[in-house]
Amino acid sequence: MLSKRIIPCLDVDAGRVVKGVRFVDIRDAGDPVEVARRYNEEGADEITFLDITASSDDRDTIVHVVEQVAGEVFIPLTVGGGIRSVDDVRRMLNAGADKVAINTAAVFNPEFVRQATEKFGSQCIVVAIDAKQVSAQGESLKWEIFTHGGRKPTGLDAVAWARKMAGYGAGEILLTSMDRDGTRIGFDLALTRAICEAVDIPVIASGGVGNLQHLVDGVVEGMADAVLAASIFHFAEYSIGEAKRYMAERGVEVRL
Amino acid sequence: MSKIISVIDYGMGNLRSVSKAVEHVVEPGDRVYVTDDPDLILSADRVVFPGQGAARDCMAAISDHQLNRAVLEAARTKPFLGICMGLQVLMGFSEENGGTKLLGLLEGDVRRFSNGMESAGLRLKIPQMGWNQVHQRGDHPLWKGIPQASRFYFVHSYFVVPKDRDLVAGTTEYGVTFASAVARGNLFATQFHPEKSADVGLKLLENFVRWDV
Repeated sequence: MLSKRIIPCLDVDAGRVVKGVRFVDIRDAGDPVEVARRYNEEGADEITFLDITASSDDRDTIVHVVEQVAGEVFIPLTVGGGIRSVDDVRRMLNAGADKVAINTAAVFNPEFVRQATEKFGSQCIVVAIDAKQVSAQGESLKWEIFTHGGRKPTGLDAVAWARKMAGYGAGEILLTSMDRDGTRIGFDLALTRAICEAVDIPVIASGGVGNLQHLVDGVVEGMADAVLAASIFHFAEYSIGEAKRYMAERGVEVRL
Repeated sequence: MSKIISVIDYGMGNLRSVSKAVEHVVEPGDRVYVTDDPDLILSADRVVFPGQGAARDCMAAISDHQLNRAVLEAARTKPFLGICMGLQVLMGFSEENGGTKLLGLLEGDVRRFSNGMESAGLRLKIPQMGWNQVHQRGDHPLWKGIPQASRFYFVHSYFVVPKDRDLVAGTTEYGVTFASAVARGNLFATQFHPEKSADVGLKLLENFVRWDV
């Protein structure tokens, strides 16, 4: 049986892991290569790098990070953040990424997703969706796509958008609840389930994980195919191995 | 003795992952080439044949690079490892793209997973993406040191159905039980990606590099 995937996410700024990584026995917690190696040893099923580099001068650093990691970590690697053109996709794949996550550029130019999937295949194109609940209490649930870190509404309905992106050839959806991101109170399970039921492609749930039960909830109640988390792994509160054992004990199929 | 391993590059998919993983397991002195040169493929000691993307595009790319003969010749004569589309295109015919004729080295078809498949009451997504178990059939040298039912990384919507069931070296369940590894003589081919399957994948590649046919 196919297992549910656990995906640690690293925010990378100018070639360094940020948001604090506090592994106890790691020499340099800011080195993405070392952190990726550690996650691989702990049994991560994939690793996602989110490039948050603001300065265009430093944007090439993520390419070098991917090159180095791909040379010694042999699990799927995804890179997101600032992917705007077919050239950007090619550059990341050539560096050793297996998938790229397209976010804002998909919203402003949906055809880009179609071009990228036709050029490189659906298997390497992930569409990242940042959604926020917009329905008032008592209304039937509704979520909208937001850009710019959840600040700018787009008027796009999240479920309809997910269906559209799947139709454009996306191989996978990385779904982040902007209401939950950083809160550590758990995934938006209603949102996760709504998107998972709407599309035939795999969905990665993201945003809000604060403990191991949240991971179980994401796949059992949210029906997600994979769960992504950052802070619970970064601060070494839990190792990936602990997370997997916890999930396995609760009946979730995982790779141990 | 040092060996030359050629990874066939016909413009389909991410060869860097494959070449990096092979480089990781070779013995000192071995050389790994990523190439579309038929001569380098035919003179290599071992050949790895990866591939991603649609069947029709893969067949067109092989043909554009004038690699049909070199691929078939290598697959008949030297240790040869097909990966993903590098397995599928060895078959006779694929359902993909409204029907695509393939290289025809192995008799059999390539079929798509059916929509609406279920497992334990849950709908199965297509593509199958992630880690699934491979049940080894027989004790092929490439399985050496790899525990039975280990999980490997898969990304695919189509699977091979070899006519000769004796060629099936490994099976996996995803709505159906399908051939996830195929072996015949000097040839071994996998639907999964050993280059992305962590330790067990590297072990399989290492076994391939050391395989005495």
